[in-house]
Amino acid sequence: MNMADEPRTNALSIRRRVRNRVAHAFTLPGVGAFTALVLACIYFSFNSQEFLTGHNFSLILQQSMVIGVEAIGQTLIILTAGIDLSNGTVMAFGSVIMTGLAVNSGVPPFIALIIGFLVTMGFGLLNGALVTQIRLPPFIVTLGVLNITRALTLIYTLSIITGLPPLMTAAGNTFNIGPTGVTYGSVLMVILYLVMYFVLKETAWGRHVYAIGNNPEAVRLAGISKTRLLLSVYGLAGLFYGIAGLLLVARTGVGDPQAGLNDNLSSITAVVLGGTSLFGGRGNILGTLAGALIISAFNNGLALMGVQEIVQVLITGVLVILAVSVDQMSHRGLE
Amino acid sequence: MIRRLRSISLLAVSLLLASSLAFANGQKESQAAQGSSQPVKIGLVVKTLTNPYFVTMIDSAKKYAKEQGVTLLTGAGAYDGDNAGQISAMENMASAGVKGILFTPSNSTAIVPTVQKLEKQGIVMIALDTATTPQDATDGFFATDNEQAGQLIGEYAKAAMAGKKAVIAILDGTPGSTVSQKRHDGFLKGFGIQEGDPSIVSEQATNGDQSKALTAMENSLTKDPNINLVYTINEPAGFGAYSALKKAGKASDVMIVSIDGSYNGMKAVQSGEFAADSMQFPAKMAQMGIDAIIKYAKTGTKPSGYVNTGVQLITDKPMPGLASKDSTWGLRNAWGAASEKK
Repeated sequence: MNMADEPRTNALSIRRRVRNRVAHAFTLPGVGAFTALVLACIYFSFNSQEFLTGHNFSLILQQSMVIGVEAIGQTLIILTAGIDLSNGTVMAFGSVIMTGLAVNSGVPPFIALIIGFLVTMGFGLLNGALVTQIRLPPFIVTLGVLNITRALTLIYTLSIITGLPPLMTAAGNTFNIGPTGVTYGSVLMVILYLVMYFVLKETAWGRHVYAIGNNPEAVRLAGISKTRLLLSVYGLAGLFYGIAGLLLVARTGVGDPQAGLNDNLSSITAVVLGGTSLFGGRGNILGTLAGALIISAFNNGLALMGVQEIVQVLITGVLVILAVSVDQMSHRGLE
Repeated sequence: MIRRLRSISLLAVSLLLASSLAFANGQKESQAAQGSSQPVKIGLVVKTLTNPYFVTMIDSAKKYAKEQGVTLLTGAGAYDGDNAGQISAMENMASAGVKGILFTPSNSTAIVPTVQKLEKQGIVMIALDTATTPQDATDGFFATDNEQAGQLIGEYAKAAMAGKKAVIAILDGTPGSTVSQKRHDGFLKGFGIQEGDPSIVSEQATNGDQSKALTAMENSLTKDPNINLVYTINEPAGFGAYSALKKAGKASDVMIVSIDGSYNGMKAVQSGEFAADSMQFPAKMAQMGIDAIIKYAKTGTKPSGYVNTGVQLITDKPMPGLASKDSTWGLRNAWGAASEKK
């Protein structure tokens, strides 16, 4: 009896093993996002002959640059089970400070840049301090800082700052890969993502970031300072917002106090589309890159198809729900 | 059971995505037939889709484009002032191979580097409604003379007040907007006062948004309940101001003047809510823009310079010496479909 059963169970288990492995691969955060990105690109290349060109892909990269880099900071914060509503306005404040100082106050451009970064990092640290010392929920803290930085930006300047020194627009300059022009800024975005992927995966700090979101009690018991860790996360996120501000300045060629108002929601969308859990502790930062690219690709592809902008907004909304549903279901399936 | 519910929900959301994409596909501008030449592609980028003025511009442009047999691609920023959003929209249109782009800049200075970049690529750039700074950065600028629009209602208000002491509330648009500034200055000039005149008791920005204007008007009334004249930068701001005045029971004591000339605005003139309204012609701007780009595509001649698309004072209580048309004429010539206003 047993001998007759054996070959049958072996065959079943191979099939099941393969199926499990494929299913498991799809539950890895980020894989779903890249798959969606590829599917989207296939869809658009069938619907528009201009989509599948080097120039157009370079454009998509450029258009996702600012939100993309902001989303790095947002991912780090969300991994710790926090959230940041202030990233767009902090970025805008940093960008008007660095351009304003260089153009209107005669500060050497490089120093103005550094000051801009210090300002955004400062607000990042402020967020972190309020979260750790006063124990306020990150949603509330960053909501307050959102309004503060928005007001400070408009108090500093109501009008656009132009006539920027070349250092500030350098990231917008292009170099050629074959016939296609690629901007330094978009390359920088990809490099930053790869660096942070490595840091999150391989370093102790990276593991602690996941741990705080996953199991804060275990972190405390392990003797890791939650305060120092969160401060470093929010502060580093602030630095990324400063870099995003520089990229925005390079892309548009001006310092704009009205910039970035909706960036908080856009960056959260990129993070969610990338498969990172809003409850913290789980996610792949490269998924966020895919999420940011998906948003831009849809924006670009639908525009090339001549579709009204409002339909793009509709589709983004549906995508977000789909992404979170898939993520939730696969997560529960594993357990 | 729960697992089945989950699969069903997942399936439902996927179907929703698929149908949204199919809907998008249906919206896609259909390419010309099997012929060798594609129709001319033209881009139109407005400030935001939340202002009915720009929605009308897009709708009339779409209709006209269809009549002329050209393909129209449209885009907008996410909010009034969203420069980066307009830049992305223009870049995408350039990628799609447009011959020219008509646009209403959210920020007149910030858009210039992008305009110059696209002009270098051989794309005709025409500003509608709002100029770039500098104005000659574009190949042509078709718009209302915004200063004149403000001046007409300023002159009207002065005459209509008939010597009564004016207590003025000013509801401006978005801070930094050239349109807002020009209309504001025009109103002061027409009324015959300078900036900072004591008769102006309140100056607030509304971003041209109805609910913001409601709040601004309420605050102005709190500051000075004796306000008897309200200048509003556009009709949404005017409707917001009217709601606040009505709530405070002051609607019949206060004169509201506005600018736009939509169908709803003309109804407001007819019903007495607005004392006077400077009508603009956005459809004309869009049509002239489309014509100019078609001409460029055919002959290679670019447009240049400013063309005044006209402004008309509309009121049902005309003042001597000030040419105006009444609301009946206004309703016939207004832009925008008849719709419910809040």
